[in-house]
Amino acid sequence: MKDGSMTRRRLLGQTLLAGCSAAASPLLTPVTLASAPGDNRLVVIVLRGGMDGLDVVQPLGDPALTRLRPDFKLGEAGGAADLDGFFALHKAAGDLMPLWSAGELSFVHAVSTPYRGKRSHFDGQDFLENGGGDPDGTLTNGRDGWLNRMLSLVPSSRTDTAIAVGRHAPLILSGDNPVGAWSPEADLDISAQAELLLEQIYAEDPLFANAADTALELSAERDAPDMSPARAGKAEPLAAFAAERLNRDTRIAAFSIGGWDSHRRQMGVIERPLKELATALTTLKEKLGPNWQRTTVLAMTEFGRTVRQNGALGTDHGTGGAMVIAGGTLRAARVHGTWPGLGERALLNDRDLMPTNDLRRYAGWALRGLYGLSSVDIERVVFPGVDLGLDPKFLA
Amino acid sequence: MAIPRHVMAEIRYGFGLRPGAPTHDGAAALLASLDRTDPYLTVGGRADFATRATLVQDNKDARRARRKQEAGAEEMYKSSVSALRKTIAADIKWSVEAAMLSPQPFRERLVLFWSDHFSVSGPSLRERTMIPDMINGAIRSTVATSFPAMLRAVITHPAMLQYLDQSMSVGPNSEAGQAKKRGLNENLAREVLELHTLGVDAAYTQADVREFAELLTGMTFDADGFRFRPRMAEPGAETVLGTRYGRGKATLGTVEKALRDLALRPETAAHLAGKLITHFVGGPPNPGHLDQVASAYLENHGALMPVYAALLDHPAAWRGEFQKVKTPFEFIVAGFRAYGIPHKTLRQLEPRVLTRLVMRPMAAMGQPYLSASGPDGWSEDPADWITAPGLAERILWAQMMAARFGDGVEPAAFLARTLPGVASRALQRAVRRAETREDALALVLASPEFNRR
Repeated sequence: MKDGSMTRRRLLGQTLLAGCSAAASPLLTPVTLASAPGDNRLVVIVLRGGMDGLDVVQPLGDPALTRLRPDFKLGEAGGAADLDGFFALHKAAGDLMPLWSAGELSFVHAVSTPYRGKRSHFDGQDFLENGGGDPDGTLTNGRDGWLNRMLSLVPSSRTDTAIAVGRHAPLILSGDNPVGAWSPEADLDISAQAELLLEQIYAEDPLFANAADTALELSAERDAPDMSPARAGKAEPLAAFAAERLNRDTRIAAFSIGGWDSHRRQMGVIERPLKELATALTTLKEKLGPNWQRTTVLAMTEFGRTVRQNGALGTDHGTGGAMVIAGGTLRAARVHGTWPGLGERALLNDRDLMPTNDLRRYAGWALRGLYGLSSVDIERVVFPGVDLGLDPKFLA
Repeated sequence: MAIPRHVMAEIRYGFGLRPGAPTHDGAAALLASLDRTDPYLTVGGRADFATRATLVQDNKDARRARRKQEAGAEEMYKSSVSALRKTIAADIKWSVEAAMLSPQPFRERLVLFWSDHFSVSGPSLRERTMIPDMINGAIRSTVATSFPAMLRAVITHPAMLQYLDQSMSVGPNSEAGQAKKRGLNENLAREVLELHTLGVDAAYTQADVREFAELLTGMTFDADGFRFRPRMAEPGAETVLGTRYGRGKATLGTVEKALRDLALRPETAAHLAGKLITHFVGGPPNPGHLDQVASAYLENHGALMPVYAALLDHPAAWRGEFQKVKTPFEFIVAGFRAYGIPHKTLRQLEPRVLTRLVMRPMAAMGQPYLSASGPDGWSEDPADWITAPGLAERILWAQMMAARFGDGVEPAAFLARTLPGVASRALQRAVRRAETREDALALVLASPEFNRR
């Protein structure tokens, strides 16, 4: 506390942690929370591979940008759309401009997780999904995901309150609390007897029993067989499937979009994942219908990329980057955050965009706004060590 | 449950039992199999490097011609794509055949293990086309020799140089760097330290990555294969983990020296030992077992036969509970073995059927062929494979196999010969109670006992 004024909330939190174990603290246990999941929806999209925030949301107003990236097609030359006179949106995300105009799209620039380690994708992603605060990248003791920990603070969570969409169960939703996992491509068609026998042979092996339980249940419930397997792995069916579940009992969904690791010829490489991200957001809006008004989407990546182009017209692993926020719950279209500048002294290690914000802060404020979680719970349980600070006020 | 040792050897260190195939009754027999010649090292009929490189070049040329809308370019492009597809289909057929029929299944599992350790994948057909050449030329050929030899062979292979952008990396002060204002790319340097040798927990820094990246410049390739181009190499000495490499003119010898030093570090020994045990037995490794494997590695300067001996010569290596699950590829091969599908049937599978039986199911179970999502390869965590959609696909595949190959197969006998001493009472009972023979056979391959190893 720089100014020496410790808030009551912080003081309480620290006293409790000093006095007794976190698990036993009444402030940190689910029962103290009154609010049920309610009607608000949250979608978290993990952008794997390190999205270059400087290319997606281009700080054209910063004179250093063209010097650092002389061979990139920036701004008008590359078909980027002006956002606020300083930042412009990459051409491949052009389909998102109607959302921006409608006040349903925002960005936070110069954010990162606290990870300052070896700029490893794998550690960086684990860390992003784990939500811990150790700059070395060490995970919290539970090695679980922050969305899963968050579920313990939301009473009456059921298996389908939160669902991981796609072929792989991501860390972000892994942990002690039950979550669903499903991919839009796997529907089982089997007789009741075969189903019964499958249950019997899986009964003694919890890994198989849980997976089969979800598979059989969701197969039975599915009523929209309109997703062709040809689109496997693409974002549109994932988003459509997530929307279908969110229109029912599911309130939290997570999926991933990969392909951001643009070490060479970034201009070509970034187009595909960026288009997929745009498609994911527009598909969510379309399929959620009226529920879009109660939905917040957070898209986040493990790290940004180096501010200078490298020898192969790409960029290497960096630190500060951008986060994408969308949904009918937003207050207005804005590029949030504190811009550090791209001048030589402003960079981190003379190579990366200096992060001026912990991206967990924004995710934390979203959880507070959507589900009424207390700041103490967010700072202690969901994102250990985060300082939520002042409300960035991105939700209406 | 006492699982007979020869059954354990085939399930944990091979691809499961196959009627009529000889088994290995323990560590000595598995090791002895690696002393024999690999029958698949020289099997003909596979495209060699030059053929693959030509196919890739043809495809590039056709693409360029098509972009310029030259006459006949569309046709040329289509035929080049189809040639690439055919090559990859032949590759996967060949991989399944080797895994299914080799008298040395442990070798095949080791080839898979090291191919995953040095995971290379490709979003495009062109990139995927070169990968099998690396697996056969750099990994299969060194799998029972030494890790330093394998590391050198892999890191200088065009597929790896391309995948991790090394061929684009230019020393900023090199001749080429000065002339063209091109620069460094850190990708391969970082992954060699993080994934291939020391492991991410080792004490190296961003500065080591940078210096090592400078050291690696000059490594590139052309249509004839690997080439070291001094024009691209950063001049002067580089310091990696406290050791200074090279002075003045850059040479390949300096790179080889650094790779060898990295390979023989104790951090590398521990990293590789941990990965081997985690892959074959399960994690976290037993500390005594880990020490034993890492020491064997260091004492023998990276020779791999003593490492495998140390891996197998420990009670943990033969303990009864199955901690791991088969990857989709292992699962599919084990299914083929269980049905005893003959060589001829596999050889004669039409491309369409191969797609339906192998390529599409592998992708749907989460392991598209040659397409791991990153250089860290496929997951070792059973929970990443036995997800709801992943398990659903395994059940669907088990049903498909029963429908296609189950004619005349008696379910109880099928269970008894596939999982002797392994099948639980619940599984035996369920197989008896199934409504149809197909359902019963599908239950065997869908069971936890069959999916685990």
